[in-house]
Amino acid sequence: MSSLLNSIDFRFVIESLIKVAAVFVLGLLSPVSMNWIERRGLAFIQNRLGPNRTGPFGLLQSVADGIKFLFKEDITPLEANKWLYTLAPVVMVVPAFMATIVYPIGPTVNLPYIGPTELYVTHFNIGLLYVMAVTSMCVYGIVMAGWGSNSKYSLLGGLRSSAQMISYELSLSLSVIAVVLMTGSLDLVEIVKQQSGWGGMRWNIFGGSAGVFMILPVVIGFFIYLISAIAETNRVPFDLPEAETELVGGFHTEYSSSLKFAMLFMAEYVNMLTVSMLATTLFFGGWNGPGVAQIPVLGVLYFFLKIGFFMLLYIWLRGTLPRLRYDQLMNFGWKFLLPVALFNIVLAAVLGVIFL
Amino acid sequence: MDVNTLLNTIEISHILFLGFAALCVVAAFNVILQHNPIYSALALIIVLCTLAALFVTLYAPFIAAIQVLVYAGAIMVLFIFVIMLLNVREEESKTDQQKYLKYLAVPFFLAMLGEVFAVIKTVGAPPASANPPGTVESIANGMFTNYVLPFEAASVLILMAIVGSMLLARRESAADTNLIEDALNAANRSTPMPAIETVREIEEEVAA
Repeated sequence: MSSLLNSIDFRFVIESLIKVAAVFVLGLLSPVSMNWIERRGLAFIQNRLGPNRTGPFGLLQSVADGIKFLFKEDITPLEANKWLYTLAPVVMVVPAFMATIVYPIGPTVNLPYIGPTELYVTHFNIGLLYVMAVTSMCVYGIVMAGWGSNSKYSLLGGLRSSAQMISYELSLSLSVIAVVLMTGSLDLVEIVKQQSGWGGMRWNIFGGSAGVFMILPVVIGFFIYLISAIAETNRVPFDLPEAETELVGGFHTEYSSSLKFAMLFMAEYVNMLTVSMLATTLFFGGWNGPGVAQIPVLGVLYFFLKIGFFMLLYIWLRGTLPRLRYDQLMNFGWKFLLPVALFNIVLAAVLGVIFL
Repeated sequence: MDVNTLLNTIEISHILFLGFAALCVVAAFNVILQHNPIYSALALIIVLCTLAALFVTLYAPFIAAIQVLVYAGAIMVLFIFVIMLLNVREEESKTDQQKYLKYLAVPFFLAMLGEVFAVIKTVGAPPASANPPGTVESIANGMFTNYVLPFEAASVLILMAIVGSMLLARRESAADTNLIEDALNAANRSTPMPAIETVREIEEEVAA
């Protein structure tokens, strides 16, 4: 066994464990913070007050909710499929967290006592495909929750969501191809590094390394990505799987505010975080911004500011837009978004052949 | 090879490979043995995911990602969708109709076993190169140079399948719609429905 032990690089293992823990905590914090921001923000948009009693400005509301989730009685419906009902939240939350490990949240920084450190957990040359593959597994959690609950509202929610997520996953995957064609890489770390020109402002949405010729396909791709990402995370105006006016709560109707419900809830927010990070990485330069070349730590701040923008956009949309009807959703996805995404690939390829 | 040399040559990727392979076989047995189709489908998803993990340990990350993305992420969702939609609870025992078909499994199994042994005997260890076969670059190179004809043939085949399914799922043409309308009108003449009668009355009134 000596060679086996020798082959393990313990420094690498410990470094990776710390990074994984950091990303995991980031994922855990996103629902806690976003829950408060969303409820207060929605209240602000709708001219209400929102939760403001627990702590200053209601800041401890999420903590109170978490404690409530922990101590509430965990009820499994009598006729539910115990296995699937219990497994569904896990199946939903695990891929959501798995997708967070490939994003570079900052440039190489010089940490005291440790030396130069890369601010990503890992990177491989198919990083983008990995994210797509892992996030596509989330639908099983919804399907299992919907079917396993043995309730008609849950089943309808599960059916709707599986149809919706398959439909919009296509246009989501196709929308990023313009960026891949332009950067010539599937590695997210490499894609971010390529956008560091022009004093940190050479983002792909401004044409990136390819210059101004590629602006059009990338901008079209970005808007397709944004719409599909909102649909993939089941948020307003595409929140049909949990349309509360029609389906009570959709796929999580039977999850009675226990820890399982908290996990479903957490998965939704981590998924929002993941697609926001992917949008930032692919289109908005990741950690790049003015001054990062001089002060590398600034990159982390830029990255979180950009993610914050997308997360606030979700809340803004939720406060503004009405829900789509189911047939409108399907028609929009298949008859408009998918053809435009396909056309966009052709456009990007033609422009790439001419100008690159 | 004694135990010590075996232990000295072992690596972490070997342990991972064996672990995922064992999981894969267990899940594959579950696909067959489960009576509830939804459990079978879920076990098949585990098979596909563990296969992807095996591909990763074999230095083929691209194939692994595509395996999860296409099979586990898209095709199996459709399977589950259909099973949920039909709400099949337990397997209906219709296996008795093919009483003798199951004995075909034995020769097929033996043939496959022989094939596996033949492959193991002929194929050696993969050459340790900087660009292993299974990365995006090597697959793209192969697909658009040496294997461009099979690749294009497969694309045409898939296109044909898409057009075929569109043809089957398409709404009725104008001629068909007319036929259906004629049939409906005939039915209405024999047993007039009250709602249609009222509509006709209203129409007559409007016309008058």
